Amino acid sequence: MKILRASRMERCIGCHSCSLACARLVHKRLSWNTAGIRISSAGGLSTGFEARTCVACNPAPCATACPTGAFSQRKGGGVKVDRSLCIRCGNCAEACPVEAIYIDPEESFPYVCIHCGRCVPFCPHACLELADADEGRQEYGGGQGTGTGRDHGGQ
Amino acid sequence: MRIDFTSSRVLHVDMESGASRVISFGTRSAHLGGSGLAAALYTEYGLADAPADDPRQPLIFAIGPLTGFFPLMSKVVCGFRSPYTGEWSESHAGGRLALAMRFSGYDALMITGRARSLSCLVVGSRRVEMHDVHYMRGQDVFTAGKYMRRFGADRHGHRSSLRIGPAGENGLGYACINVDSFRHFGRMGSGAVMGGKKLKGIVVLGDGSFTLPEGKAYPALFKKIYSDVTGTDMMRKYHDLGTAENLLVLNELHALPWRNLQQTSDPQIDGISGERFAEQLLLRQTACAGCPVGCIHIGLLRQQFASDHEYLYKQVSYDYEPIFAQGSMLGITNASGVLALLDETEKVGLDCMSSGVALAWAAEALEKGVISEKETVVPLRFGDVHSFIAAMGHLVRGTNDFYRLLGQGAAKAAAEYGGEDFTCVLGQEMAGYATGEVFFVSQAMGFRHSHLDSGGYAYDQSAKDKDVDKAIDFLVDDEHKRVLINCMVSCMFARKAYTPERLQEALSSLGMTEAADALTDAGRMVQRERWRLKIATGYDVNAVRIPKRFKEVVTWKGPVDVAYMDALKQRYARAILDMAAAGGGEN
Repeated sequence: MKILRASRMERCIGCHSCSLACARLVHKRLSWNTAGIRISSAGGLSTGFEARTCVACNPAPCATACPTGAFSQRKGGGVKVDRSLCIRCGNCAEACPVEAIYIDPEESFPYVCIHCGRCVPFCPHACLELADADEGRQEYGGGQGTGTGRDHGGQ
Repeated sequence: MRIDFTSSRVLHVDMESGASRVISFGTRSAHLGGSGLAAALYTEYGLADAPADDPRQPLIFAIGPLTGFFPLMSKVVCGFRSPYTGEWSESHAGGRLALAMRFSGYDALMITGRARSLSCLVVGSRRVEMHDVHYMRGQDVFTAGKYMRRFGADRHGHRSSLRIGPAGENGLGYACINVDSFRHFGRMGSGAVMGGKKLKGIVVLGDGSFTLPEGKAYPALFKKIYSDVTGTDMMRKYHDLGTAENLLVLNELHALPWRNLQQTSDPQIDGISGERFAEQLLLRQTACAGCPVGCIHIGLLRQQFASDHEYLYKQVSYDYEPIFAQGSMLGITNASGVLALLDETEKVGLDCMSSGVALAWAAEALEKGVISEKETVVPLRFGDVHSFIAAMGHLVRGTNDFYRLLGQGAAKAAAEYGGEDFTCVLGQEMAGYATGEVFFVSQAMGFRHSHLDSGGYAYDQSAKDKDVDKAIDFLVDDEHKRVLINCMVSCMFARKAYTPERLQEALSSLGMTEAADALTDAGRMVQRERWRLKIATGYDVNAVRIPKRFKEVVTWKGPVDVAYMDALKQRYARAILDMAAAGGGEN
């Protein structure tokens, strides 16, 4: 199983192309919120950017907290989502330790990364990668990938 | 939320009463958006007979129908009556504002009236709030930005923060509005318009989202455009060295203004070239929201503040125009010196181009004895960073009559003190292109008196002949194409990607077939309407003067041809009057 890793966020330019791609392609929305990956800047634009996205917990506390089975454990980490079962209680977002789940204030549906990787080709600086779930869990918090973005197939 | 593509959704906030309302405005296929929407709103809500500084005059921020939907549709048009000229004008900025406005659900934000106390406006998809910020009076742009973070703190990463510095509060003719620290509504004094409304800052939350149209046309076209702008070399120069790569090129051409345009080339260019900045000071690039190019170059300014090894560091954005205006034009040949000046300009909230060019005139006027240190207070000398930083303070505070006049433009100061021949003013303080006759005429007479109205500087560089009709036809036609871009509102750097045909395709993919079909004609109407408004608000195209300094310029092509420039001027005046006469309101 593959998982999405935002492993090179120090390269991020804050274009939000990843969030917009997720919303457009996965959720059929124009948004930078209703997406499985969201970019924020802590402390203003001079401090760089961070990604709010699922870190593929295994077991996933959000799946445990879900009372209807709408969120269920995904092999390799993270969750599978069946939206038709969701009762919009918001327990998943509360259980998430890294604030990766966005609850849309209009309809109260949760939005979480499903590790499909459709955002990856839209990052112009190769900050994101789709990696094997069991390939060295990020003990040190950063990716060791070698992608260099624009110059070497970042598209 | 769903977007209504048939009209524009406008939030009108009246600072006087504190009341706000949402207006469903006009017809999309007529005003399009951005530049056209701002002009249509002014036609409806502006006060043609009242002066520009009347606080009832609207200050308008407008995005376009494609904002957020496609890459590089990342800019906002600010429409206002310019305190500098008194006329209808525009300024454009990026940052996060365009997407934050889109996701707050508004095509335009229109502000009228003056608040009773200094205020900050907070706007989101479910919020409109006015906060009393009297404690922010006189605060610089950076401090104000920090205080404003308390508004909408839960939206960090997606909110946009606009604010003015003391320059805007004090009504300087070229005070700017800072957008998200590194971008600006510069030139023409939009910051003073905000100051006149006692509006210190605006926070736009960007907290909503929209349902996309059904079908595959839109995502497929997005992918194609995205791949054009990131997968080809089309945008490379913008994210590589950035626009600063032009410094060496223009210096080589003898077209880079130095020391108040007393020279057009200088061997000391290496100290402030794009290459020098990139190799020694570039920290990183960043982007406007919705743009994968990332053209914003951030330089490291490291300053020692005590005799021991005590340093502070700042991040300062740079580009070609700022380096010209606060570098070569002031005779600064050291990249860190340029960043120090840009940092000061940023802090006080002045437009860096206009303030640099105005101070360059003051330095030459002092050198020539037209004015004395009684006026300048500090001994302004080309190349002396510290004297210009000190002068910036006097300018913003309006220390004496001289600085108060200079704060309204070099031409106004020169009219009082002399030295008009060497004011580098073409409608407003010049942009960094001493390329020749077509550019000088296009900036002096153009809609915003900007190098961005049309590609006059590029025409100078490519034209092999001196055909007046051909040159003016180019300016009018190029302006038309740029009007379409400014209605959508795309970054001008994407103008090659967004041809009129491509824009039509983009509008159609979102279901706006009526606007797509009407695009070219509507663009002509917007172009005319903008000219009509400019003239109705005081522009006399026949009164435009090009100062003597421009007639003395020698470029790679030789001395400027004054007869050719005069002929261009007359022909362009006719073209502008023809366009304005054919104009009319959208309804």
